[in-house]
Amino acid sequence: MPVFRFILQRVFQAVLVTLAVTLFVAFAVRLTGDPAVMLTAESASVTEEDLVRIRDALGLNQPFYAQYFDFIKSLVTFDLGNSFFRGSIRDLIAIALPSTVLLAVASMGISILISIPLGIHAALHKGGISDQIIRVLSLVGLSFPNFWLGIMFVLLLSITFPILPASGFETWSALILPALTIGIILTATNVRLVRTQMLETLSQQYVMVARAKGLNERSVIYKHALRNAAIAIVTFLGLQFGNLIGGLVVVELVFNWPGMGTLSIEAIAQRDYPLLQSTVSILAIMIVAVNLAVDLVYGLIDPRIRVA
Amino acid sequence: MTDTTQTPPVSVFHRFKRSPFAKFEFVAGATLTCILTLLVLFSGILFPGGGTEVNLLARLSEPFQSWANPLGTDPLGRDILARIVHGGRISLTVGLLSALGSVVVGTVIGLYAGYYRGFLDSFVMRFADVQLALPFILLAITVIAIVGPGIDRIIILMIVSQWVQYARLVRGSVLSLRQREFVQAAVSYGLPNWKIIFSHILPNAMGPLVILLTLNVANNILLESSLTFLGLGADPQTPSWGGMLSEGRSYIQTAWWITVFPGIAIMLTVLGLNLLGDWLRDELDPLGKTR
Repeated sequence: MPVFRFILQRVFQAVLVTLAVTLFVAFAVRLTGDPAVMLTAESASVTEEDLVRIRDALGLNQPFYAQYFDFIKSLVTFDLGNSFFRGSIRDLIAIALPSTVLLAVASMGISILISIPLGIHAALHKGGISDQIIRVLSLVGLSFPNFWLGIMFVLLLSITFPILPASGFETWSALILPALTIGIILTATNVRLVRTQMLETLSQQYVMVARAKGLNERSVIYKHALRNAAIAIVTFLGLQFGNLIGGLVVVELVFNWPGMGTLSIEAIAQRDYPLLQSTVSILAIMIVAVNLAVDLVYGLIDPRIRVA
Repeated sequence: MTDTTQTPPVSVFHRFKRSPFAKFEFVAGATLTCILTLLVLFSGILFPGGGTEVNLLARLSEPFQSWANPLGTDPLGRDILARIVHGGRISLTVGLLSALGSVVVGTVIGLYAGYYRGFLDSFVMRFADVQLALPFILLAITVIAIVGPGIDRIIILMIVSQWVQYARLVRGSVLSLRQREFVQAAVSYGLPNWKIIFSHILPNAMGPLVILLTLNVANNILLESSLTFLGLGADPQTPSWGGMLSEGRSYIQTAWWITVFPGIAIMLTVLGLNLLGDWLRDELDPLGKTR
């Protein structure tokens, strides 16, 4: 398949998925009932004219497709309108999104730093004691809720031994515990991934050729095997991005991290549906974008993928 | 399942001799899962109070001090151990029902899509793309914000979002099985399609399904605890592991046991299932379809 057609096809698919997800979110939010009534539920002296005025201001008297179209337009232009209680949605997201991205990148970084050496080690010592210990540890890592690990870190490193701050955003040290929490959870999956990919690559014939040429083991592993395994590993990491975002939502709350997850949970608590619609849609679009980017990069690096 | 070189059937227990690690995985996983299931089944007999008896005189008692409250008590003086055992009911119910629901829906659709292809087939693949872009927690946040919290809604949501994993897996198996000689032979005998699907294809697609099911139960127990922790799941009145963790969080400075023990309960439960799933994977899916 020519490169251009490949890119076009993947972009088209990503746009379709984005439309489907945002349509679903908009539809779900629309099912909530009449936001005008909910907004004014607290105040006693609401007249019918007030309700009409609120509906007018929120664009609620338009048909669903018009509202959906407006919402898509607002996403494209990033002019997201106002939340019910907290002012401009764009301003809120402009603060929350970078914090979430920072946390996501830091956790992914920690996870890569731990899982690549451990995964390679396990693959090279397949069936040995260290491989089995790594396997059990990764199973244990998959077995507790991420937020509980976060609370345990707080208990150990903020309360029992007050070394690191338990919450906040002011200092760099506040990043350590939340990033470590998500990083370790991600590592549990990634170690197995690296191990499987390395085993698969090491059994390929070009690795045998490299060994037969008399290259030393270090350059066989790092230059020949790891580089080839890396392509598949990066793709899987990209596919995992959705899980990462799902995990962030809960862990952010534990550490009062001012990101998209905390913002979404606050929006639910206040029944602030325009805000919720925006945060969920933007997170979903981020996931689609990351998957698309990985897909494209993978396809451009490795022409074999474009056939599938 | 697609290996062409047939190995002679080896008994499961014979394999243990070859791999002590597999034995460890099976024994540890089965023990943890059995203990938990028994505790949950007999929770009403073991702790007739249901873990909801308030005893303000014994509030926040420390663990390992008395036989009455071996794991301590919470701020209302309720026994932590009793609450954990009763809380297991919710976790197990959600985990089992959601996974069983998904496996039934997903298998039926996957069999149909893989065998007949057509519209349903492309729908399954596109739905899978959408599901990938909307992680379960985000989906749950959006929907629960609207319909209100409750474990029944969570179970339904899990089925709505997770059936497609099974459908994709089954679809893949069907596509490769259709090319196999024994299925071609059945077709040439003139067997009706439903008979081919249910007596020739489905039994051969079971292995990966069972693995995915085990891991799915484990994962959904984790998801339920996250949602309940966020206040989107089980009713705060009934004991649940996620609920205990969220109550305990405000007492983390003074009473660590409220938060530590329910988390350990979740971990042991999910670890048991993960060990079993991992062991099953080695036994049933040596080619790694479910990886």
